[in-house]
Amino acid sequence: MSQLLPKMPGILKIAYKLLVNDTAKFSALLIGITFAVFLMIEMTSLFSGIISRASANVVNIGASIWVMDPSIQTVANTIPLPDYVQDEVRSITGVKYAVPLYSGAALLKLSSGTYQAANIIGLDDTSLFGRPELLSGKIEDIFAENAFIAINDSEFSKLENPKIGTEFELNEHRGVIVGIAHVASSGLFGVPTLYTTYNRALQYIPNSRFTISYLLVEPKTLADIPIIKQQITKAGYLALTKDEFIAKISNFYIYHTGIGTNILIMTVISFILGLSISGQTFYTFILENMEKFGALKAIGAKGRVLIYMILFQASFVALTGYGLGVGLCSFMIWMARLYLPDYAAIVTYTNLALAFFMVVVIAASSSYIGVRKVLTIEPFDIFRG
Amino acid sequence: MPNIAITATGLTKWFGEGDNKTNAVQDVNFDAYFGEMLYVVGPSGSGKTTMLSMISGILRPNSGSVKIEDTDIWNLSTDDLADFRLHKIGFVFQDYHLFPRLTTAENVAIPLILQYHDWDESISEAERHLDIVGLKARADLPPVKLSGGEQQRVAIARAIISSPDILILDEPTASLDGDTGRNIISFIRQNVMNDKRCIIIITHDSRIYEFADRIMKMEDGKLTNIKQENLDAQ
Repeated sequence: MSQLLPKMPGILKIAYKLLVNDTAKFSALLIGITFAVFLMIEMTSLFSGIISRASANVVNIGASIWVMDPSIQTVANTIPLPDYVQDEVRSITGVKYAVPLYSGAALLKLSSGTYQAANIIGLDDTSLFGRPELLSGKIEDIFAENAFIAINDSEFSKLENPKIGTEFELNEHRGVIVGIAHVASSGLFGVPTLYTTYNRALQYIPNSRFTISYLLVEPKTLADIPIIKQQITKAGYLALTKDEFIAKISNFYIYHTGIGTNILIMTVISFILGLSISGQTFYTFILENMEKFGALKAIGAKGRVLIYMILFQASFVALTGYGLGVGLCSFMIWMARLYLPDYAAIVTYTNLALAFFMVVVIAASSSYIGVRKVLTIEPFDIFRG
Repeated sequence: MPNIAITATGLTKWFGEGDNKTNAVQDVNFDAYFGEMLYVVGPSGSGKTTMLSMISGILRPNSGSVKIEDTDIWNLSTDDLADFRLHKIGFVFQDYHLFPRLTTAENVAIPLILQYHDWDESISEAERHLDIVGLKARADLPPVKLSGGEQQRVAIARAIISSPDILILDEPTASLDGDTGRNIISFIRQNVMNDKRCIIIITHDSRIYEFADRIMKMEDGKLTNIKQENLDAQ
């Protein structure tokens, strides 16, 4: 072991051996923290995954400014805008261009005869702004008769893995796959996505009087964004930058669906679980070694040396448990995705940092209990027996 | 007359206040010498352990002073006192207080490790001291695998590894059978005792009195009898 830990000061090596050689307690501490970290990261990753997927269309289309009805809460819902809004937006100084976007749901009849719900995105016919990156086929084929581009995401198999030339029916219209593309983010609701032109989407899918789901706006400069937003607000509509729209969607899911509250409760429970298991086990560990710490004090160990030992033990357990927890969570998410392509969980740096912070709190609380106990022991008690 | 190792002057210690006040040690004065094996005997509760704790720097007296080699130990700061104990005093506790999760050699090496000696150097020095107490072959075993007498010898090796001037043993034969107890004290007498070391032993065990140079008896917190003939004979 001394070869494994060559540079560690002797007293920390003693602390390490006292901890690790007590297999039962060390295992209990590691299991407690690993399990807590696993749950914390799993919960927050699930949340991140849901939030990320909820904004999939906003991310995939990539427009700088989205113009919408002020009542819109999430990109999944659309309140169609009158056509004149497009003209009004285009007339604002600072707008480089503004194009319409259609976003709606449709029921497809696949070549096997089964029905499948799908998300249809209609891109501006002139610019094809927001088009996906093609994996096969040519983008100009989208202008061909009945043309659709299928998105090869986690829902792709629900379209029965179409190829170029695969046909389907949409509201008794013939549809043909002319390209396979991929996008940055899959949607939240477990339905496949097809891209077509704006006008074909209107033609194939029944619509109300107003037809524009969103107006996608590109400003001439970044400085024009506040002016554009102000002008659109004056017109009675809402203009949000991409980040603002993603934040609005996140807020909707956090505060208006119960998802945020439930995830928060689970994360707090995980934290309390980890804190109680590791805190109690560490406290028992310290209690069992109290006389030994007292003997060290009698021999001549200074109080700060004992504090270093306890802090080292708590930190070692916390960091090892953290690493194991992160590894376990990543493995479980990877496994889940093998069997459930829709599984929405993303381990982000924020999740990792949050879990790390909570582990630090667990380690600090456990150390505090241990340090307080050890500092109060009198070497005289060791003599007195 | 040998050099004085310890001078205790007017040592007094009480616990509690008011009606609950208990006088544990009252106005104790004595000298201990290098090259001397000094026993402190007396019934339970007579104040032996309290007195020994005060002269070894782990329990502050209410009054009086303790000088070890001209250092008034109770004038030292807490950290300096801990350092003083680490370098000058070796302890053998009644229950040994060996760490069950460390090997025997690691247990013995602890005082050197606390003095920030190199790990490998400390372990090899511990093995050398285990050799002195006849346990080199047990260096890699945990203490729980050793007998009571062997654990006592490990505790002795730990106490002497940093070559302390003062060695304090608290009831070293209390958990040992008669023969083992005598063997341990005989071993200390022959291998640990030297002219530059003062050994103080608290004991109830009259079977080992024959090894003492001097015996001090404590009763009700006072030194009531000092048997000095062995010292005078030196």
